[in-house]
Amino acid sequence: MRRHDGPVPFRGGGFSPRDQWVAGATTLLQIVVYWQILAWVGVIPTLFLPSPVSIAVTLWHLTVSGVLWENLSASLARLMIGWFTGTFFGMAMGITAGLWSAMRSRVMAIVAALFPIPKIAMVPLFIIWFGIGEGSKIVTIALGVFFPTVIATMGGVDNVPRGLIRMGQSFGLSTGKIVRSIILPGAAPAILNGFRVTASIAIVLLVAAEMIGAERGIGAFVLSAGNLYDTDALMAGIVVLSVMGLTVAGLIGVLERLLLRWR
Amino acid sequence: MSTGLRLIVDQVSHAWKALNVLDGISLTAEPGEIMVVIGPSGCGKSTLLNIMGGLLAPLSGTVRTEGEIADDCLNPLTYVFQDFSLLPWRSVRDNVALVLEQRLSANAAAERVRDVLALTGLTDFAGAWPKELSGGMRQRVGIARALVVRPACLLMDEPLSALDAQTRDLLLDEFVTLIGRAGTTTVYVTHNLAEAVRLGQQIVVLSRRPGRVREIFRIDRPLTGRSADDPDLKDLEHTLWRIIRDDAAVAERELIDAPP
Repeated sequence: MRRHDGPVPFRGGGFSPRDQWVAGATTLLQIVVYWQILAWVGVIPTLFLPSPVSIAVTLWHLTVSGVLWENLSASLARLMIGWFTGTFFGMAMGITAGLWSAMRSRVMAIVAALFPIPKIAMVPLFIIWFGIGEGSKIVTIALGVFFPTVIATMGGVDNVPRGLIRMGQSFGLSTGKIVRSIILPGAAPAILNGFRVTASIAIVLLVAAEMIGAERGIGAFVLSAGNLYDTDALMAGIVVLSVMGLTVAGLIGVLERLLLRWR
Repeated sequence: MSTGLRLIVDQVSHAWKALNVLDGISLTAEPGEIMVVIGPSGCGKSTLLNIMGGLLAPLSGTVRTEGEIADDCLNPLTYVFQDFSLLPWRSVRDNVALVLEQRLSANAAAERVRDVLALTGLTDFAGAWPKELSGGMRQRVGIARALVVRPACLLMDEPLSALDAQTRDLLLDEFVTLIGRAGTTTVYVTHNLAEAVRLGQQIVVLSRRPGRVREIFRIDRPLTGRSADDPDLKDLEHTLWRIIRDDAAVAERELIDAPP
């Protein structure tokens, strides 16, 4: 036997993480500040890794001269068309596979066979099929987005509580109404999570496709700067891609706050 | 509100693969009557209710209705679920309105929703999310959603079992009032014998699996005059317990031994 006197210690904390955007922004800012300081004191050779200030100056020149927008607008157009196309067909296929047994096995077989193929390896083939123009790049992005969207959507549909669907059926709601009012909102958290993944995949594939065959676009710009050993411009292009990723993540965050207020 | 339907279950049997769940069930719920179905765990009460409501096709036998329904009845056989089955992404008002969408004009639907929220004491919570409500309030929303379609027959699957004892007692009294006012035929599945004698006009006792009709009791006393302390009802409660106690004990062991 032993005594056990004293107050009961609190042990119920943690395991409830929340988003703190200020902490995220501060972390990025700290990295940039340290990077600048290390460049100033000469620890980082600016020939190989330009300082944040010189990247910012280059970005300013690119913006004023119109070069940045010329490349960015081309990339954004490809990104949006490719992502929306892949997302639209991916969601349609995911819902179909999630709801109908006849489609489920067929879709899963196609996904299992084609998803692991690196889409970048397909780019030369897409150029042969769809030409060197926009078609091959958009198809590359759309295909890269399609498969993860199918998987995320199907998983989301699978996780909608069956009791809610039975409720809809018991009130005689039509199949379309059940899909629109019960299944899609119920699958929304998983689908939005999928958006986060596919947005990043789309940016990666955009750059890869533009590096293989494009005159304009951030990927083509970065490749050209690298060929010329213009590290300031190269890093400016990379910063633009990073900002693009942050913006997309922010937009998806806004979408989540709008659509998932009920959580 | 709609007048009740007669609900006739004729020789219904059902099985899950090799497991016989229901065996030759024949019952009739008269128009406006509250039929309570009790029995040990796993005896097929909920399966029977799903078959009655058309959510499950029986292996054999039929379920049919007789009688007339009012023109404003949108869903003759309407469920109230044990787990409430509310859509968490819809407010109280929108959960109730869900079952009217595409069936009534926006104005007509809004009027019905307003009326039923007032009837169930939910007016002040119309804009709340389900997660903001207590269990009792959530089940009130479930009742409101069921009543808004002006059903002819309510199918209630252990609607109070997820609630605490105090809330259960309070809500049971409200059920009596609401069902009485709606005049619907009601099939009420429960394992709670106090609920059964408080609410039932016909009490059907099922045997353990495969569920068969073991006995049927009728209580002629009006619902509004019944109290929890009524000695006759207490006696009946004890009688019901005596009937199902042995089955319940065996069923409990069967459930533990049952394959997943």
